[in-house]
Amino acid sequence: MSEKIFPLPDVGEGLVEAEIVTWKVQVGDVVTLNQPLVDIETAKAVVELPSPFAGTVVTLHGNVGDVIEVDQPLITFEVGGDGAAPVAAVPIQEAPVGEGREAVLIGYGVANEEGVATRKNRRRHGAPSLAPAPVAAATVYASVAPRSTPPVRLYAKQHGIDLATLSGSGRDGLITRIDVERALPTSAGGPDRAGSPIAGPTGTSRFVGRDLESWATGPKEERIPVKGVLRSMSDAMVQSAFSAPHAAVWVRVDATKTVELLEGLRQHPNMAGLRLSPLTIVALAFCDAARHFPGINSSFDAATSEVVVRRSVNLGIAANTPRGLVVPNIKGADELDLVGMALALNTLVDKARSSTTTPEEMLGTTLTITNVGPFGVDAAVPILPPGTGAILAVGQLAKAPWVVDDAVVVRHVVEIAMSFDHRQVDGALASAVLSHVGRFLHDPATAMLAG
Amino acid sequence: MIDEELVQLLTPEGERVSHPDYQSTLGGDEIFGFFRDMAIVRRLCNESTSLQRQGQLALWAPVQGQEAAQIGAGRALAPMDFTFPSYREHGIAWCRGVPPEDMLRIFRAVSNGGWDPQKYRHSVPTVVLGNQALHAVGYAMGVQRDGAEEAVMTFFGDGASSQGDVLESFVWAASFNAPVVFFCQNNQWGISTPSSLQSKVPLFRRARGFGFPGVRVDGNDVLAVHEVTKRALENARLGGGPTLIEAYTYRMGAHTTSDDPTRYRIDAEVEVWKHRDPIERVKSLLVHEYGFKTKDFDEVGDEADVMALKLREDVLAMGRPDPITMFDDVYAAPHPLIDEGRREMIELGISGGSR
Repeated sequence: MSEKIFPLPDVGEGLVEAEIVTWKVQVGDVVTLNQPLVDIETAKAVVELPSPFAGTVVTLHGNVGDVIEVDQPLITFEVGGDGAAPVAAVPIQEAPVGEGREAVLIGYGVANEEGVATRKNRRRHGAPSLAPAPVAAATVYASVAPRSTPPVRLYAKQHGIDLATLSGSGRDGLITRIDVERALPTSAGGPDRAGSPIAGPTGTSRFVGRDLESWATGPKEERIPVKGVLRSMSDAMVQSAFSAPHAAVWVRVDATKTVELLEGLRQHPNMAGLRLSPLTIVALAFCDAARHFPGINSSFDAATSEVVVRRSVNLGIAANTPRGLVVPNIKGADELDLVGMALALNTLVDKARSSTTTPEEMLGTTLTITNVGPFGVDAAVPILPPGTGAILAVGQLAKAPWVVDDAVVVRHVVEIAMSFDHRQVDGALASAVLSHVGRFLHDPATAMLAG
Repeated sequence: MIDEELVQLLTPEGERVSHPDYQSTLGGDEIFGFFRDMAIVRRLCNESTSLQRQGQLALWAPVQGQEAAQIGAGRALAPMDFTFPSYREHGIAWCRGVPPEDMLRIFRAVSNGGWDPQKYRHSVPTVVLGNQALHAVGYAMGVQRDGAEEAVMTFFGDGASSQGDVLESFVWAASFNAPVVFFCQNNQWGISTPSSLQSKVPLFRRARGFGFPGVRVDGNDVLAVHEVTKRALENARLGGGPTLIEAYTYRMGAHTTSDDPTRYRIDAEVEVWKHRDPIERVKSLLVHEYGFKTKDFDEVGDEADVMALKLREDVLAMGRPDPITMFDDVYAAPHPLIDEGRREMIELGISGGSR
C-alpha cells in the first residue's frame, strides 16, 4: 500500500491554473482507473478529470471554487500493491504510507498556513478532510531551478531579483509574486499588515465569481484576470453600452393583488411543490406586453439597416450565480401559462446556480428581466444584453404608503424600470409597454383571464 | 442522410442497400475484422483522452465517430502504398501497423514523429494544416518517375480543405496525373467553423473543377468507404490519376483536448449523429446477417482493454525529457537563433526535465 498524489494537469495547452467546479468523489471513496473524479474549469473549458489510479481517496486538496495551480496536488490516493494501476515515475511519486500519513497529521497546521497562502480562494478550508496537502508529506517535485511560475520569474527578472536567493512561501516551496515583492528594496508590496489590529473586516466577499479576500487580510492591490463569466459580462456590456443608445422609463405599482394571488395559489393543493414568486407574474406580464406591442420584442441590425421584430419571446433572466452574472433564457416564453412559466424559471435558476447552463441556453435572448429586489434596492437602470430591445428591472416588493380613494393606506408596492434601445424603440412605445406590465401586476388575475 | 450522391452500402440501422456502382464482396469474418479494428481504435482514443486529462499527454486529437472512415480506407490500402496523415489518423496508423504507444509519443511531446515512416509506409503526423497533401503529391510524382506500382494516399479534414496547400496539391496532382488519392474526412467542423460555411458546394464536387473525379461516401459506413477507397487506389495504380474522396462523417468529440465543442455546436446535432454510429451499424449487420453473438463482441472489448492497459504502461514509462532538448532537432546544423532561444530558456530556469 502506498500513497499517490495526482497533481492538477495542464489539460489545455499552457494553462496555469483551474478552478474546482464539482467533486465527484469524497474522501474514503474507492475509485477505479479512469473513474470521473472532478470537474474543473480552466480558461478554456469545463473538463472532467478521470482517475489515474485505482485506489482509495485520502485527501481532496481543495474545495469547490478553489483555484489550483497546475502541478499542485489535487487528490491523494492510497493504492494497493498488486491491484494498483500503473503509475508514472514523474511527477507522481510514491510516499510510504506510514510516513506519509503521519506527516499529514503532524504537518497539518503548518500546511494550512503556508499552503493556503498561494490559493486564490479560501472558503470552508476548516474541514479537516479537505485540508491542503502537507508540505512534508512527500517530495513530489525535484527541480534544478527554484520553483516558481513563468510570470513570477519574469517579474523577478524585471526587478533584478535572483530567485535562488529567495525561499518560497507557497506550497512545496513555490516562490510566489508576494515573495518577490517582499524582496524588493522599496517594498513595493507595502508594509506587512498581517498583524495590524485596525486593518478592517476579515470576512471574505463574493466578487466577479470568486471569493475576494477580506479588507484586513487581502493584498493591498490585487489584479484579477478578465476571463470566463467575467469576460462574457464585460464584453456584452461594452458591446451594448457603446452601440445601443439607452433610455429608460420607470413606474411604481401597487402590486398587492399580485401578492394576494400568489399567496392563494401557494396554498392550493394543485400548486404543491411549485416555487411561485412575484418574478413568475412579472415574466407573464412582460410576455403579455410583448404580445400587445410586438415592437418591443425587436433588435436593431446595423449591418443590414433593418429592425428585426420577433413574434416569439426568448425571455432572458439575469441570474446571480457562484460564477458571476449569467443570463440564460426561456425559449418561447410567450407560450407559457403560469405553471409553465414557474417551472421554466425554476429549471433555469437551478441550472444557473449549479453551473450547468449550456451555451445554447444563453443564445437568442429577445427580452430580459433582472430581479434586483432581493438585493434590497428599489430599482435599477440596467444595460441591455446585446441585440435585445428591452430589459426590465424589478425592485423590492415592500409595504409602503399608497393613496387609495384619497386615503393613505398600506399596500405592497414595487418599482419597475425598463431600459430600451432608443434606435428603434421610442418613449411612447416603451411607456405603453411598461404601463401594460404595471397594469398586469396591479391586477394579474383579470389580466390573465381577460387578456 | 438521404443524399443521392452519397455512396452508402449499409444504413445506420445496419441494413444493406444496393448501389449501382459499388458492391461489397466481403464475408462475415472480414467484416468482423473491421469491427475489431474500429472497437480497438475507439478504446485507444478513449484511453488517450484519459491520459491527457491525467497530465500524461500534452494534447490529444480524438477520432471518435470517424472510425469507419479510417478503418474502411486503411484496410483498402496495399502494403506498398504510402500514406500521409494529419494528426487525427489513429485508425489509419493502426491499419498500417504502427504500435499504439508510438502514436502517442508526439502527443506526449517525447518525439517529433514517433515511428519510422518507411517501416510502416506511413508518414508521421503533420500538424501544419493540409501540408501533408503537398508531401503526398510530391511523393506520388516520384512514384511515377520510379515507374512503381504504388498508390499514395493523403488524409485531411474539411477544415484543411480550405488551405492553400491542399488546393495547390490538387492542381499539381491533376497536371501530372499523379497516382494519389485525396481522402477528406468531412467531420462537419473545422474546430468551431462548420464545413457548410467553408464550402458552398459539397466538398467532393471541388475535384471536378480541378479536373479529376470526386466521390462522396457515407463516412460512417465502413463497407462503402472500403469499396470506394479500393476503387480509387486501383485507379491510381493503373495510371488513372487522382481521386478526391469525401467521407461524410462526424467528429463526436472535441477538435482536440484543448477545445470545448459545447461552446459552438448544439447537443441536438450530436444526438442525431449518435444514431449514425459507425460501430453500432456494423455490429447490427454482424448479428443479423452472420449470427455473431455478444460473446464475440465482448472478446474484442477484453482485447481492447488489455491493449489500453499496455498503452498506459508504455506511455507512463516514456518519462519526460528535459524541455531544453526541444531545440536539438530543429536544424541539422547549429543555428544562431536556435542557440539564442536555448540560452534564454536556460537563463529563465526552464530546464531539468522535471515538469
